[in-house]
Amino acid sequence: MKIICTDVLVIGGGLAGLRVATGVKERGHGAIVLSLVPPKRSHSAAAQGGMQASLANCKMGEGDNEDVHFGDTIRGSDWGADQEVARMFVHCAPKAIRELAAWGVPWSRVKKGDHDSIINAKKVTITEKDEAHGLITARDFGGTKKWRTCYTSDGTGHSMLYAMDNKAKQDEVEVHERLEAISLIHENGRCYGAIARNLMNGELVAYIAKATTIATGGYGRIYSVSTNAIICQGIGQAIALETGVATLGNMEAIQFHPTAIVPVGILTTEGCRGDGGLLLDKDGYRFMPDYEPDKKELASRDVVSRRMTEHMRKGKGVKSRYGDHLWLDITLLGRKHIEKNLREVKEICENFLGIDPAVDWIPVRPTQHYSMGGIRTKYTGESQTLKGLYSCGEAACWDMHGFNRLGGNSVSETVVAGMLVAEYISDFCDKQESSVDVQSSTVEKFLKIQADKIEKLLSHENGEDAYVLRRAMEEIMMNKVGIFRNGDDLQDAVNELEELYKRSKNIEVFRSKSRAANPALENAYRTQKMLKVALTCAVGALNRTESRGAHSREDYPKRDDANWLKRTITSWRDEADTLPTVSYEEIKIDNMELPPGFRGYGKDLTQHHPQTKIRQSMVDVITDKLEKDGATRFEIQNALMPYLDKLPEKYRGINERLGENV
Amino acid sequence: MSEKKNRILKISILRFDPHDPEDFPHMETFEVKEADGMTLFVALNEIREHHDNSLKFDFVCRAGICGSCSMLVNGKPTLACRTLTSKLGENISLAPLPLFELIGDLSIYTGKWMRGLNERLETWIHNKEEELDIDKLEQRMEPELADKIYEVDRCVECGCCVAGCGTIQMRPDFAGAVGLNKIARYHIDPRDKRTDEEYYELIGDEDGVFGCMTLLGCEDVCPKDLPLQSKIAYLRRMMIKTSMNN
Repeated sequence: MKIICTDVLVIGGGLAGLRVATGVKERGHGAIVLSLVPPKRSHSAAAQGGMQASLANCKMGEGDNEDVHFGDTIRGSDWGADQEVARMFVHCAPKAIRELAAWGVPWSRVKKGDHDSIINAKKVTITEKDEAHGLITARDFGGTKKWRTCYTSDGTGHSMLYAMDNKAKQDEVEVHERLEAISLIHENGRCYGAIARNLMNGELVAYIAKATTIATGGYGRIYSVSTNAIICQGIGQAIALETGVATLGNMEAIQFHPTAIVPVGILTTEGCRGDGGLLLDKDGYRFMPDYEPDKKELASRDVVSRRMTEHMRKGKGVKSRYGDHLWLDITLLGRKHIEKNLREVKEICENFLGIDPAVDWIPVRPTQHYSMGGIRTKYTGESQTLKGLYSCGEAACWDMHGFNRLGGNSVSETVVAGMLVAEYISDFCDKQESSVDVQSSTVEKFLKIQADKIEKLLSHENGEDAYVLRRAMEEIMMNKVGIFRNGDDLQDAVNELEELYKRSKNIEVFRSKSRAANPALENAYRTQKMLKVALTCAVGALNRTESRGAHSREDYPKRDDANWLKRTITSWRDEADTLPTVSYEEIKIDNMELPPGFRGYGKDLTQHHPQTKIRQSMVDVITDKLEKDGATRFEIQNALMPYLDKLPEKYRGINERLGENV
Repeated sequence: MSEKKNRILKISILRFDPHDPEDFPHMETFEVKEADGMTLFVALNEIREHHDNSLKFDFVCRAGICGSCSMLVNGKPTLACRTLTSKLGENISLAPLPLFELIGDLSIYTGKWMRGLNERLETWIHNKEEELDIDKLEQRMEPELADKIYEVDRCVECGCCVAGCGTIQMRPDFAGAVGLNKIARYHIDPRDKRTDEEYYELIGDEDGVFGCMTLLGCEDVCPKDLPLQSKIAYLRRMMIKTSMNN
């Protein structure tokens, strides 16, 4: 048995995982990153549009600050987010972006003087201030009051990930590539590391660590069409679930991005609409202003995706052999802008559609894009129920996104959560209680379970074909747990997925029997895990009889704060179970800085909680009084919902902005 | 395109499993019915799912962004995921990129090679100044310069330029266009405080910029259309200047 010991094991080599690894290294702890692929190939690279941070440098970002970013994030979440966590996030986002700037990200910069822009289909001239020249600029994104999304042309994720990985190399972070964690090692409510399989030679390795961090991204690939990279299969969530101890949060909260190309589902960035692109129907008609006269194409993602689906249901979609779609028109932005700021989009259009987006409209439709749900953690990133297990980034339900994430808040979360969780993990590792007291016989037991499972898959006869089960699961998720949901379909989905899950215990790996690199074997064990993840999502959606953010029930169109202001918590108590166990975690109103209100889209159907009014009047009284006393915005915020004491001391400082706190 | 409808593609793949002592490198041909808008990503997955589930290849983003799926398509290094079959003939040959360690079939270990290169050239910002205060306004940069850095920062480490390089066939430690482009990137970045002399130590020899025979296969095959030719020429001028000054 091969055992490798370290202080901090990080599973996943994307932005979040690498940021945790460099953070704990700086605090003097050892770290090993396990990655399915070379870290620079992680899905973080695919984030085209940008990173939200309230720098307020550009003209259209003037007046922006943490408070505005916080309000946008909470409204965007449809009040599902943890407000303290969201506060910690917005406070640290400017710090994270400035750190990345120093590490080499070539953020696009403000140029003083006039430049043209397209806003609401009209050309406007914007004049940038002299004193902002050379600072990091930002573009418009959906659901934000200010232009806050910082970017590098349209390769933001790529340049962030490269800078981050280069920094990790500088810090000599050890990365074990093509290693897949397939099980966590745990005993008595304490996590001790993971069993990993080498995808090149098939070797099973036990990694023992004081702290184990899952940063494996989302689970989009449980759907048949997703913008996610093919490695985003939810295996990180699954191994946490399989402990029977760790819990997952809000797994039903799935975001659909409005503009993925048809049929392959590759993303075209929200920057297309942020920079002035329009959505058109089969008649070339711009329909979004009819539905959302205020924000139009730049309403929150969940809203735009639903409006597009509604419009197609009215017969306004463009017919194609792959089903209906709509058009994204960016021709009005001009070739120069497209070739500089939307080059990735141009390449995608040329290579996958054979069209020129400076001349042609792009066929798009809403497609699975982001997992708001994930491993439920405390604000420190530690699992609420399994000590020593941490998670951050898309893999986690930390919970700053609630039921809908704003564009530009995901890559921002990866680096902010990464830098914070690295500190909390380091604090833990500094303490005596973190010392590893697991017996090697326990480690052997966990390794043997995995070795036996693989042996069984390879030697089994007359079993099921994993590909058949997996494709069936993907279709069920797409058709019955999609943008619009209803009780009948969801019940069918749960029944059918449960049946698939039972059948998955009988999977046989046909023909391809190698114990080394073997894509058929990998597909087999991943399918078993993905089915569990799919069930947590479908069961959560079936139970939640309300509509909140991206979770939209046709049979329960109201947001129901009175009964559903709570997080869905799922666990898999016993390996013999065929359905997850569900419980709920209340989202308390009485300490909210921003009590539940109307998001501002469509009609207000909210069923309010009785506590909301009480809290709102308290917030109003405190705010009024402090404003009269001449208190600063920081003092007012602190009186409503103190959070600074939760942050690591080194990140508590006030952020400088042009004209503020300089 | 209508005359091409319903083609049966004959995809020949160079196969070898180094972990199987009985296996040897051989070509294997699969027949796949072409579909509208089919890419090699779609075709290879279809082969794996319906013909041979042991077929090994590397895709991650499948959108031409991550650089995982570089292989020889009809002998030329390129990204398979964004290669439309409609742009190819009925007979397609696929082989793993040469020079990189083979994992099996079309799957190669580019990560190890690129890691070695990045560590050797220290492809990160070198800044010895006092500790960064991230509460303060960021350092300013001219907008045009930021764009210029991004232009060369777009490399995806796919390895196509390495596979298309003549020099590296003779000099296995040659940094290749991927390495030289990175040095060009850091050299124009004012945040990196390395001196020309320090860069000279990294690439001022035959395994660096003076090894290049100017065949420029790299520029022909780069899927990101990076200006590799002009960057190599620029570095060569700079390095000669540096060596003359010393």
